[in-house]
Amino acid sequence: MATTKVPISTDVVSDVVAEAIPAGMEMVMMPVGIPGYTLRQEQRTIPATEPPVLPINADLKFIGRSPERWDGHAKVSGQARYTADVQLPGMLYAKFANSNVPHAKVVAVDTSAAEKVPGVKGVFVIENLLGSAKLLNPALDVSKYPIIRYAGQPIAAVAATSPQIAEDAARRIKIQYEARPFVVAMEQARQADAPMVFPGPANEEGTAGGGGGAADVPQTGNIHGPSVNTHGDVEQGFKEADVVVESHYTTQVQVHNALESHGVVADWKPGLLTVWASTQGTASVREGLAGFFRLPKSQVRVITEFMGGGFGAKFGPGNPGVVAAALSKQTGLPVRLMLDRKEEQLSVGNRPSSDQTLKIGARKDGTLTAVQLVSYGTAGCGTGAGCAGPATNMYQYDSLRTEENDVFTNAGPGTAFRAPGHPQGAFALEQTIDELAERLKMDPLDLRDKIDRNSARRVERQVIRESAIWKTRNAKPNVDSGHIKRGVGVAQGVWYRNISMDSAAEVRVHQDGSVEVLSAVQDIGGGIKTVMAQILSEQFGVPPQQVSVKIGDTNYPVGPNSGGSVTTASLTPAVRDAAWQAAQKFLAGVAPALGATPEDLVLVDGEVRSRSGKMAPITFRRAAAKMNTSEVSAQARRIPDYDRKAYETYGGVDVAEIEVDVEVGLIRVKRILAAHDCGRPMNPQQTKSQINGGVIQGMSYALYEDRLLDPNYGLMVNPNLDRYQIAGSREIPQIEVHLVQSYIGQSSTDASGIGEPGGIIATPAAIANAFYNATGVRMRSLPMTPAAVLTALAHSQQKKETA
Amino acid sequence: MNQFSLVDCTTVDGALSQLNDSSVVKAAGVDLLDRMKNGTATPSRLVNIRNIAELRGIHPSPQGVTIGALTTLTEISEHPLIRSEYTILSDACGSVATPHIRNMATLGGNLLQQLQCWYFRSEEFQCLRKGKEICFAFEGLNQYHAIMDYGSCPSVAPSSSAVALLGLNASVELSSAGRGKRMVAIKDLYVHPDANPTKFNVVEPDELLTAVVIPRPAKGTRSAYQKYGEKQSNDWAIADAGVVLEMDGNVCRKAAIVMGAASPVVRHSAEAEAVLAGKPISEETARAAGKAAMQGGPLQTAMQGAQPLSMNAYKVQLFPVAIYRTILLAAGQMGRDPSAAG
Repeated sequence: MATTKVPISTDVVSDVVAEAIPAGMEMVMMPVGIPGYTLRQEQRTIPATEPPVLPINADLKFIGRSPERWDGHAKVSGQARYTADVQLPGMLYAKFANSNVPHAKVVAVDTSAAEKVPGVKGVFVIENLLGSAKLLNPALDVSKYPIIRYAGQPIAAVAATSPQIAEDAARRIKIQYEARPFVVAMEQARQADAPMVFPGPANEEGTAGGGGGAADVPQTGNIHGPSVNTHGDVEQGFKEADVVVESHYTTQVQVHNALESHGVVADWKPGLLTVWASTQGTASVREGLAGFFRLPKSQVRVITEFMGGGFGAKFGPGNPGVVAAALSKQTGLPVRLMLDRKEEQLSVGNRPSSDQTLKIGARKDGTLTAVQLVSYGTAGCGTGAGCAGPATNMYQYDSLRTEENDVFTNAGPGTAFRAPGHPQGAFALEQTIDELAERLKMDPLDLRDKIDRNSARRVERQVIRESAIWKTRNAKPNVDSGHIKRGVGVAQGVWYRNISMDSAAEVRVHQDGSVEVLSAVQDIGGGIKTVMAQILSEQFGVPPQQVSVKIGDTNYPVGPNSGGSVTTASLTPAVRDAAWQAAQKFLAGVAPALGATPEDLVLVDGEVRSRSGKMAPITFRRAAAKMNTSEVSAQARRIPDYDRKAYETYGGVDVAEIEVDVEVGLIRVKRILAAHDCGRPMNPQQTKSQINGGVIQGMSYALYEDRLLDPNYGLMVNPNLDRYQIAGSREIPQIEVHLVQSYIGQSSTDASGIGEPGGIIATPAAIANAFYNATGVRMRSLPMTPAAVLTALAHSQQKKETA
Repeated sequence: MNQFSLVDCTTVDGALSQLNDSSVVKAAGVDLLDRMKNGTATPSRLVNIRNIAELRGIHPSPQGVTIGALTTLTEISEHPLIRSEYTILSDACGSVATPHIRNMATLGGNLLQQLQCWYFRSEEFQCLRKGKEICFAFEGLNQYHAIMDYGSCPSVAPSSSAVALLGLNASVELSSAGRGKRMVAIKDLYVHPDANPTKFNVVEPDELLTAVVIPRPAKGTRSAYQKYGEKQSNDWAIADAGVVLEMDGNVCRKAAIVMGAASPVVRHSAEAEAVLAGKPISEETARAAGKAAMQGGPLQTAMQGAQPLSMNAYKVQLFPVAIYRTILLAAGQMGRDPSAAG
């Protein structure tokens, strides 16, 4: 490993500077900027205990490379053990009984018939429901059992010796409802005379992944809001504008639909509750269960060896975790509770809808004088439908006013979903910017250059500008005359550098030369195991596949909950710090046997070397055999970013090439070029994989996915993967990812996350802009199904004819 | 899924002896298991016919071809004779679902699958077709529902192979232990909801669909099937078209134009067929035929022409395009449509 650490020795630095460096800190130079564009060295004052500054990826051997996914073989060969694979002696299978009405008071729950089914060992009736918003004043709606506020709400559960018996018994639970009027369509819920979902103000707590709306806002009828944010004077801003564009956009509810459903295996034993969970936060599950059951956290252990996707919906124990633990406590046996696909669609979260009126004013030169967004959205009986993030944080403007409103409906609660609010917000914002560019007769990339000061996105736009796709774009829309019309569109996304300080790791070095790293962090799919191995490889010279990576167990040092794209940004510096500190202990442990002083030894490229040259280099493995103890270890926790003043948002720019068959209304996405930045890409292939996934999920959201509730009965008509449409193999376009390395000098690894900024924010808007470029017609509503496309094209044709 | 008993049969006679009012036949189980899992089918007894070897195979003869009911959709779609002489059928079988499903799914199962209406497939909705009073689709979500001749239930005919087989004037062989065999033309296989809402086809509980018999097409016959979906992989048809043309040079002597996703029962369009009869095939005649298909046809209800519901007027635009493009594909004047699904 190259050492670019530059300690400032006191005898060459003036007293003034020396005074400016606090005790225990030191000044270093770090690479900052984008190689090939803006790369430079910047000064940072960092704790003296930090490892040497990492050079850029080009100068590293393991970090910044793409070794094969550490657990890839285990996953593709079926050896990886997921939560549903856990089999414990005597384990019971649990099944929920769910409401089949959208709004009701539960008068009685009769479990006697279920209890009589042979094989049933436990029955549990829920009295404290998680996930939904809660009334600030519970006295407004007194009920023994939670009020049913959506169809699919869990009411009770049984645990039995087989899944079949559990399902059979769950169907025999008799629930007596007192039905209430309900409303599932947001437009109706906004009306003054709509049935009330909550009889008074209600708030939803967010999860470790975010979500949950503003709490201190007015509530009128079902409208929870507005949550208002202002900057400057928008009225003045619109007066100063040469061009004003105002439009109305709507987006649908999307369900996470991770391949692996929510679920746990809970094993309640005296003194220790062990829970295997499909979760994106082992820490959040432990915290939730300890809180719910008033257990010391030290007596709750959560294990997530492998998990099959979460996208924001898998934080905390949720109702499945709490109910399985309660049934295990009751029966004294381990209990497995995995949701089925229908429950997955109904009760464990979704991306809220949106209804946005966006108005933007600009001067002739493109500068934005005013941005005004009024949004409504429904997160069902939850909150968190705000979508002002992109409008607020992507561009420069003179003035801004946003009003975000949640609208309660009798539908399953929304929750954090991959870049909460941003795909919705970008869909409206990026079409408006596109429209503005046309009105100003500016190239859409040039306009963004004018109003977006983010340095990485500037480079990304240049990548797009020089791309083959962009060069074939007709600046004029609707040029093709046949029934297939080709279009190219661009859109941007913005995301934030979120860090979880609850990120720790332990690194152990053994006398046999093996090394291991331990952290409670879980791998949501981004590939953190591989990256952790790469960091140890860089430190010890051991190939990544030979590093033991042990994660997903709260017995290890605490790991971050994987929400907000924090995992790599938060944990990797702790891993590197622990590896560095373990290496120093290791050198101290081998120095006596090598006849050297620890200060004279360095560990470089898998060799222990003498700085003074007194000793011939010796391999790490041979040196380890000379350790004076069988093991050395070090644990490190994330320290704050080095310089928050140098903070920038980050994100990406996506360009889409599509073909629209205007006779059958079908949009085929041909190519997506996605240019993205995320600090230092620790493993470019895994980073690209995240972006590929984001592009596909974004495109699927734009064209296909839609949670459909029957307006008359309040039930979901497509609670499966047959009629809930998700992009399949023929829909996936050619995806090219261009990674922009953007060093920011913030931590010992300088990594940022990519799960949220990659693809899902900008791709839907890029497709919409491409549709306009192809047809000259704006799609202001999602999803863009053949029905929607044919209707929009016919409507535009009618307008032309009447004009 | 409820608990049930399973009887595994390896011969037709063995299976026929097991059939009674409380048993349900299981072939590949593609449709049945789906309904058992979502709670809309709760059979107490399954008769598994999947392992009856004699029901699997494609048997050409001078009169045409006989296809065993358990022949998989993949086997049919890849068969050289079916591809060359009965193209509409290989197209239709090859368009279903995914390769994995086509490797399992059988021709008989595809023909006898239940309705795909999402109300019918929800255990919460007790609809007309389950013997209750209400159809929920009229006032509810009906973007995938019927636009023609639906009467009391606007569900659509789900089987792609039925569209092809109606175009080919095929018949099914039904076998029973007591009454032996009978032949039923595809046009008579299905029961319109207005005739009997809870009976979906004429197969009796003691009968097994054992074979499909297709007459040999007249000389000069060309055919094709295409379907259109919201997406191209693994989707149900929002519009589809089966076309069989008996050609004399470029002149069409006789045409069969068939639609599935337009109405509860797979249907010919007499109007579209009349447009083509005796005329050369061109974009103009093909488009005219597509347009005519929205006019009427043989009716099982009093509904003349396309009468879209609240959310599916787009299908009235879609069907004529599907039909015209498929006519040109059958006539060899246009390639397979890159916008088609499957």
